[in-house]
Parts: sequence; C-alpha cells; structure tokens
Amino acid sequence: MKGADIIVESLKKEKVECMFGYPGGVVIPIFHALHNAPFKFVLTRHEQGAVHAADGYARASGKTGVVIATSGPGATNCVTGIATAHMDSVPLVVFTGQVKREQIGNDAFQEVDITGITRPITKHNYLVQDIRDLARIIKEAFYIASTGRPGPVLIDVPVDISNGEYKFLYPETINLRGYKPVYEGHPGQVKKACQLIASSKRPVIYAGGGVVISNATKELREFVKKTGIPVTTTLLGLGAFPETDPLALEMLGMHGTYYANHAVNESDLLIAIGARFDDRVTGKIAEFIPNAKVIHIDIDPASVSKNVLVDVPIVGDCKRVLAGMTEIVTAPEIGEWQAEIEKLKRENPLTYDMNDGGRIKPQHVVEEIYRQTNGDAIICTEVGQNQMWAAQFYKYTQPRTFISSGGLGTMGYGFPAAIGAQLARPDKRVIDIAGDGSIQMNIQELIVAVQHRLPVIIAILNNGFLGMVRQWQQIFWEKRYSHTCIDFAPDFVKLAEAYGAAGFRIETYDEVIPALQQALAITDRPIVLDFRVSREENVYPMVPAGQSFKEIIMRELLA
Amino acid sequence: MAMLNTDNLKQYVISVKVENRFGVLARVASLFSARGYNIDSLTVSATEQEDVSIMTIVVRGDDRVIEQVKKQLNKLIDVIKVSDHTGIPTVERELVMVKVNAPPNKRSEIYQLGEIFRADIADISPRTVTLGVKGDPEHIDNFIELLKPYGIKELMRTGRVSLLKE
Repeated sequence: MKGADIIVESLKKEKVECMFGYPGGVVIPIFHALHNAPFKFVLTRHEQGAVHAADGYARASGKTGVVIATSGPGATNCVTGIATAHMDSVPLVVFTGQVKREQIGNDAFQEVDITGITRPITKHNYLVQDIRDLARIIKEAFYIASTGRPGPVLIDVPVDISNGEYKFLYPETINLRGYKPVYEGHPGQVKKACQLIASSKRPVIYAGGGVVISNATKELREFVKKTGIPVTTTLLGLGAFPETDPLALEMLGMHGTYYANHAVNESDLLIAIGARFDDRVTGKIAEFIPNAKVIHIDIDPASVSKNVLVDVPIVGDCKRVLAGMTEIVTAPEIGEWQAEIEKLKRENPLTYDMNDGGRIKPQHVVEEIYRQTNGDAIICTEVGQNQMWAAQFYKYTQPRTFISSGGLGTMGYGFPAAIGAQLARPDKRVIDIAGDGSIQMNIQELIVAVQHRLPVIIAILNNGFLGMVRQWQQIFWEKRYSHTCIDFAPDFVKLAEAYGAAGFRIETYDEVIPALQQALAITDRPIVLDFRVSREENVYPMVPAGQSFKEIIMRELLA
Repeated sequence: MAMLNTDNLKQYVISVKVENRFGVLARVASLFSARGYNIDSLTVSATEQEDVSIMTIVVRGDDRVIEQVKKQLNKLIDVIKVSDHTGIPTVERELVMVKVNAPPNKRSEIYQLGEIFRADIADISPRTVTLGVKGDPEHIDNFIELLKPYGIKELMRTGRVSLLKE
C-alpha cells in the first residue's frame, strides 16, 4: 500500500469524521488518496483558516481536529493556528508535506524545517523518516494529542514517504515509556485538600478550561452543590459552571467582574481547578490573594506552582479528582461568606450606559444575542473588546459553548473556529462575535461557510477602531490613537453579498432585535450583521496590566 | 525576561534519560534557551541500552526556575526520566585537553605537574605541550589553575558525566 493510503487508512482507524486543509505540490499523493476517503473534507481558503476551523471543531465536540497542508508556506501558514491550539490545550493532529528525504536541508523548493519551527508550539512533532514507522506515528500522534493535557501534534511527511510502498498494519497498542499522564489524584493530597476546605471560612473555586476539556462540569456542579463554595471561571472556563447560578461569580481577571476579583482577593482558600494562574488573571503576582491558601488541581504538573506557590498540589484529571473529593468532603460553614458575596453581586453588577446619542452600545448587542438565542448558542469570538464583551454580557451555562483564543489571543480565530464548531454541532446556532479588525483577518473563509451552507452568524461590533488597543492608548498613552483607526473599511454588507452570504447593517437600537431574528431565521447560509456601535466604548471593569485588583477601574473616568 | 546574572546563581546537575532519536537534543536544549538560560555544559552519552542516551546538563539558576525546567523536561515525550544530581552523592568525570606554552626551561616542570594529575601527554611541539586529564570537575579545575601561569594557548573541556552512587 502507498504511504498516502496508509495515512487515509489510519485516519479511518481513528474514526476521523471531518478534516480541514489545503493542497499543494508535495501533498498531491495524499490528496489523491483522500479523494475517495469516507469522511468529510473541508477545503478552506487559507491554511490558517484550516487549523482554526479544526480547533473550533475540536473545542465544540471534544474530538481531535485534523488538518493537512503542504510544505513550505503551507506549513508556515499553520503556525499561528498551531500556537493558538497549544496555548489553549486543544487536541489537533496536523499533517504537513515535506520535500523528499534526499532534498531535506538543501533549501529545496517550498522547503522549511517545520518540525524545528513548531517544536516549542506543539505537544510533540514527528518527521517521518521511514515508511515502516508511518502508521505507528499516526497512532501515537492521535494518542498524544488527545490524552493528558491535550495539544497539537504535527507530522511532517516527505513526499517520497507518501509515494513509498509498505504493508498497512495499524498498531493495536502504544508504547511510549516517556509519556504516562497521571489521571488519579494522590489520595493523601485529596484528603489534605478536603481538610483545608472543611475548615475554610472564605473559599472560592477558580475553574479554568481544564474543567471543560476533561468534561468535568457535572462533577464541578456536584462538588459545589455539596460544599456551597462560590465559583469564578477563567475566560476559557466559561460554561464550566452556569453563570445563572447564585453561586456564580462569572469571569475573573483583567476584565472580570468586580465581585469575582473581590471575592478571590478576599478569600482564605483558593481552589484552582484546571486553570493556570495566567497573568491576565492574577495581575501583579506579589499582591495576588494575600491571605489565601491554594489548592491546585491540574493534569499538567508543570502548571502547578509555576506562577503562584501552591499549598496542596493535586496532579490529576479534574473529572476524577472532583468526583473523589465530592465523596469525602465536608461542607464548610460559610453562610456569612455566601451572604457577603450575594451582596457584592447585587451592588456591583456589570453595567454600561445605554446612551451615546442613539448609537448602539456593543454590550447591548451581546445581551440581545443572549436573549434572542435563549442562551442556547455556541459563541465564538475574535480577540479584543468584542471578546471581552462576549465573555461579560452573555450568560454561559453549558460547556463547549464559548470558543475563543485565550492564551495566544489570536485575532482572526473566531470565524474559522465558528465554521469548525458549526460542522461539529449542526444542531446548534453558532455565532461569531467579531470586531471590524479581527474579522478582516480571515474573511476569506466566508466562501467556505457559503459552500457548506453553514448558517454561522457573524455579528461584527463595528466601531471603526482596533478597539482594545485604542482603549489602552486612551487610558495609558495620552489618547494618541496611533494607527488604530480603521474606519477606512469595506462595506461588510456588500462583501457578504459578494460571497453569497446574507448581510444586514444595523445602526439604531430599534433595528437590533429584528436583525437578529431575521438572521436566526436563515438556516442555509452565513449571515453577516454589521452592527455600527458606539465608537469609543471601553471594556470595564479593568485591572491595568501588571497591577493588583486594588487598581481596578470600574467605569469611564470623566476627563 | 531580564538577563540573568548567572554568577550568583546556584549550579545544578541534571541527568536526563532520553530516547536515542534525532531531534531530542534540540528539544532539550531549547527548553533552556527559551528561558534565557545558558547551559554550562551538556554531555550526550551512550548507555548500556542501545536506544537510550543520557544527557548530563550543568546549568545555573534558582530553585524555582530549575524546578519548572525539570517539569518541562518531563513533559517531553522523548524524555524517559529526569534526575536531579545536585547536592546528592554522585561520581562525576570529565575530560580536559590543554595546550600550554612549554619553553625548554619549563618543560620538565610541566611534565611533573602532569604526572601528579595523571595526565597523558597527547602532543608535543617545539613550543607547546598538549596534556589530557580526566577526573572529577574539581580535579580538572585545579589542574587548569596550576597550568595558567605557563600560558594556556587552547583548552577544551568535555562537560561532565554523572552517575548516582550506589
């Protein structure tokens, strides 16, 4: 069997249902074999779109996303997508073509050292040097990508390997002596953690993307039901705990709620679950949680005590550790703390001023999306203000319904990710909450959504600025809006129509609900909604970068 | 990250058992370089198992960052085991070759010194002598120190290999 056929047969063995990619010279043999493959192939219009789409597919479904691209520029175009997936622990297997083995290192046409380039941004990568290893490598790649702390794995396949001949034997077992993820928490540590919890007076749970990844939302809810401990989530943890619950503090960090940040700051015990103390969460480390002990549950030992020293580390899978803890934990007596939090929430809600001379406030658009979808959509975001408003003003209640580039902060991620999410979940409405800057970074994928009749809604919060940078320039850089004004812009409605998508412009409050209803009624093609929103609206609250929670800015300071 | 002042930092010896595959050295080395750490020495050694190599890495840092580096090393799929040999009983060896100025009137002194350090004379020329010495790092340091007054023209150290004591 040809190497290219071994690849396709291996993908069948891995029960791949959907694959994303873009052809090129050295992957023609693999595309030749893919022509009759029994799974769906989505041809994106840029390799970066393919990786983001596979990433969105993976985050929405929990399955591994699969990508193929050619050598050289095809491979380098994947780099941003791979780094995005790596930062957010998304399982991907990315195949790249490579020049034939005898040419490697000779600066051949479309040659790059992609295993070298992606070494720090993959969980692991392979350059296939012997066709006899090909099936084993693919088996290992899927295993490594999806187990432990998930992540992207790249397989670089020289064209003479794809064209080579060998028998197909898919290994039954995996033998990786250097890779043995720990799933069960150490019982002694679990017991210690439960003792700390039982005697705590002001505990807070800080739940991250790891809870979503390990499918531990049910276990988290049961743990909270038993202990009554309030829960804040990270950006990627949104949906891990229902934000409609009285114990939900919603998101913490730089643009988190006042009550989440206040509660964490005042806590005597912080229980971190599948979260990694990112600088956008902690602010100034030296002043973060001055009075709290820390329990940290994480599958990645390298995440423990990396930024914040931990009192009780528990290395293991969130789902199993939480289930075990719920069994033995005694609920702490925290009635006073709960009452204090209830009051904090009541007195410091997320808020904004509706009034800007009739111009729509972007927060209102997000709130209306929540209402019109009954909170049952999958929300993807781009990066910047749109991302933060989407995180703040939509109430997430289910896991895998908020899809966003958290760690890397990749503009242009949201729309291709929405395509992937829609393919994974045809039963759900998928909405990309976008900015007018980010959407232009991967707008070419619009034709893919049209081609596959995917009713993804792109809600552009169009303020004519690269809004988050403009906000920093306004607050910290003397209001010098250096190269952040992008009101020299395309007509997004005409653009949508040119691609065969639906497009509407919304300029007043009255038009918001009808436009959303009209969009939601369309089910056979993508819809671009160009919301012309308030131009200089800022995201609040805001803890300035590198400062402590005490420096929180709650609203516009009148100049 | 600010440049580290490596002079004041503690020295660590980390022994990393790895799969004997291409690319492993680059993976291990880049974990250090990505954090702005300069490796003092790195030795890749064959072992009693054909498919296993051991890298002995000598690096300066502080406890917290070295702890993080060890965890990151453990995350590499091709790393089988990470052992910290810092401050625990080990046997260590390295090899140095020194080309030193040796005018006729100093030559016998240098030979004597070499004898004390069990050096072998690797090469002799009209103006220089090249000596090879193996031993633990302190032995090597002392040898180099004593040769300095004669004028060292070239010097190469292999970096150490380190085995835990039984």
